[in-house]
Amino acid sequence: MAETTGPAADVLPGSDMNAPLLEVEDLRVEFAVRGRRIPAVRGVNFALEQGKTLAVVGESGSGKSVTSQAIMGILDSPPGFVTGGEVRLRGVDLLQQDEETRRTVRGNHIAIVFQDALSALNPVWSVGFQLGELYRVHRGAGRRAAEQKAIELLDQVGIPDAKNRVGHYPHQFSGGMRQRVMIAMALALDPEVLIADEPTTALDVTVQAQIMRLLRRIQDERNMGLILITHDLGVVADVADDVAVMYAGQIVERANIHDVFARPAHPYTKALLRAIPRVDAVGRELEVIPGLPPNPAALPSGCPFHPRCRAADPERCGDEEPPDRQAAEGHLARCHFAEEVYRDER
Amino acid sequence: MNAETGQASAAPEPVLQATGVVKHFPVQRGVVFKRTVGNVRAVDGVDLELHAGRTLGVVGESGCGKSTLAKLLVGLEPPTSGSIKVLGQEIGGLSARRIRPVRRDVQLVFQDPYTSLNPRMTVGDIVGEPFEIHTDVVPRRERGAAVKELLDMVGLSPDHVNRYPHQFSGGQRQRIGIARALALRPRVLVCDEPVSALDVSIQGQVINLLERLQDELGLAYVFIAHDLSVVRHIADEVAVMYLGKVVERGAGAEIYGGPRHPYTQALLSAVPVPDPALRGHREEIVLQGDVPSPIDPPSGCRFRTRCWKAAERCAEEVPGLDEGGGAHEAACFYAEGRDVTRAVK
Repeated sequence: MAETTGPAADVLPGSDMNAPLLEVEDLRVEFAVRGRRIPAVRGVNFALEQGKTLAVVGESGSGKSVTSQAIMGILDSPPGFVTGGEVRLRGVDLLQQDEETRRTVRGNHIAIVFQDALSALNPVWSVGFQLGELYRVHRGAGRRAAEQKAIELLDQVGIPDAKNRVGHYPHQFSGGMRQRVMIAMALALDPEVLIADEPTTALDVTVQAQIMRLLRRIQDERNMGLILITHDLGVVADVADDVAVMYAGQIVERANIHDVFARPAHPYTKALLRAIPRVDAVGRELEVIPGLPPNPAALPSGCPFHPRCRAADPERCGDEEPPDRQAAEGHLARCHFAEEVYRDER
Repeated sequence: MNAETGQASAAPEPVLQATGVVKHFPVQRGVVFKRTVGNVRAVDGVDLELHAGRTLGVVGESGCGKSTLAKLLVGLEPPTSGSIKVLGQEIGGLSARRIRPVRRDVQLVFQDPYTSLNPRMTVGDIVGEPFEIHTDVVPRRERGAAVKELLDMVGLSPDHVNRYPHQFSGGQRQRIGIARALALRPRVLVCDEPVSALDVSIQGQVINLLERLQDELGLAYVFIAHDLSVVRHIADEVAVMYLGKVVERGAGAEIYGGPRHPYTQALLSAVPVPDPALRGHREEIVLQGDVPSPIDPPSGCRFRTRCWKAAERCAEEVPGLDEGGGAHEAACFYAEGRDVTRAVK
């Protein structure tokens, strides 16, 4: 296991080790586009415990990546603005911190792995230099010590012949190996929370299996909290403890993984689960979700899913925005009829 | 090595047939004095057969040659050697001009609906462009109506002929691509990753559309994809490719229910199943390393460098698809059926 070099990661001032690892409360993000404010994240709530994996599932435009960028504090601003809510790491609201504090939080406490490793790595520096940079800048390590740490990290993420590979450039690695380098970089400063934003989307299925296995192993070893952002319900079923399903900038369903898959309480989740072809089932006709995900600039009135929903009550769902309802213990869904959908009566 | 020449005469003539198709791309060095230092063996001896109204799924990971195969099958790339027959007519060695009338019968649906439509052309012009090239298909006066009929057929409003691609969503753009491919009333559609750029809720819509069109028009599909779940859903027969070769081939139910080639087994076991109850109860075959370079593929069986069954023989001899004589074809000396998608533990 990796131990940090030099002084230990700064303890965040004011943090309380008994508070939950990461809590997001009523997070709101808007984008200013041509003088208009377009809501991308509209009041997201979730909590992440140490050693647990929360999967955030949603289709493109549902706000899942923007949520992770807001948590990391790497939102492109302008045009993006956090307009409300709290992101508490061990009780400290990150949104209230100055940029310098947030910078130490990034990497030291929360790190992120992006989908596209090739564009996230700098092509003109060797992988070892980029990894070592973290130790030189954050820990004041010398060149040689930093390189030594880089080799250790590459070895930990399963890059064969790390000693040699440390001097190679990003283009000399395959897609899967590059993603391993990205993971190594995210782990370098021993964060407590790792956000993986579609970490395997660009990869082939056998490589995806390798990377997911690596993430699971590392999370176990380090007892990190992992937020896995993905559109792939198969991957979610394989690794997550809890699931948050996003639609139109909101979490529309949140529960334990087994509950969500066995007894979805939101019609969107239910429809999504039936719309995916499965490798272990033949000839099942795909149930289709009609229509398109809504345009965030012109959200439907009432429940944003109601125009595509089979269970919708045309009046109530078109007028009234549904609150979070508890369909069962610890199982929340933003639907007027959550209890009935949960019991499969609607 | 072609195991089906024997039975081909009994069955009706295939609409699309590839025999021993090879495509090598030269790798060149030097700027002024170019010299060829090797070949990327993208497709290296592939046999396929497709009958009217059927769907052949071609699966494999990036770099296995499936997209090159798609281009060969529609005549966009000439093969280095081997034969490709469309409705019995050879297209392999035809010149660009001679190939044109044949190409009418096989059309391509592209992966990326964002870059495969010209942003400066209206939807009507895009869908109607094939008529400008193949002028004898629909008389000029009737083209407008034909375009509207095509749009209607793929579930788009005929009133949208004057809109531009950017005014449509990804799924709608893919429908435009399908309408364009159908314009010349082809017998075969080669779909190269047609749904992989789309969101899950939209994928189903496009897959259902393709299935409906197949029923209505009797089309045959070559459906190329890396998503094995989608292929299982749509394909009657499946061919699994690895490094330019087909390593296993057979009816969909056989390939998915009892894959015989170690690579297919590894591939299928790696596909995540959306059911948390199966977690830890499925066989997990995690392959080591990466796919070797197609410039210098391993001798003998190309999969042997990553195979847990590899023996000396695998380095010396190239296994044919007829090895072992099991339920369906698998190019492995030690082929053995094994169910890897369902719970086993």
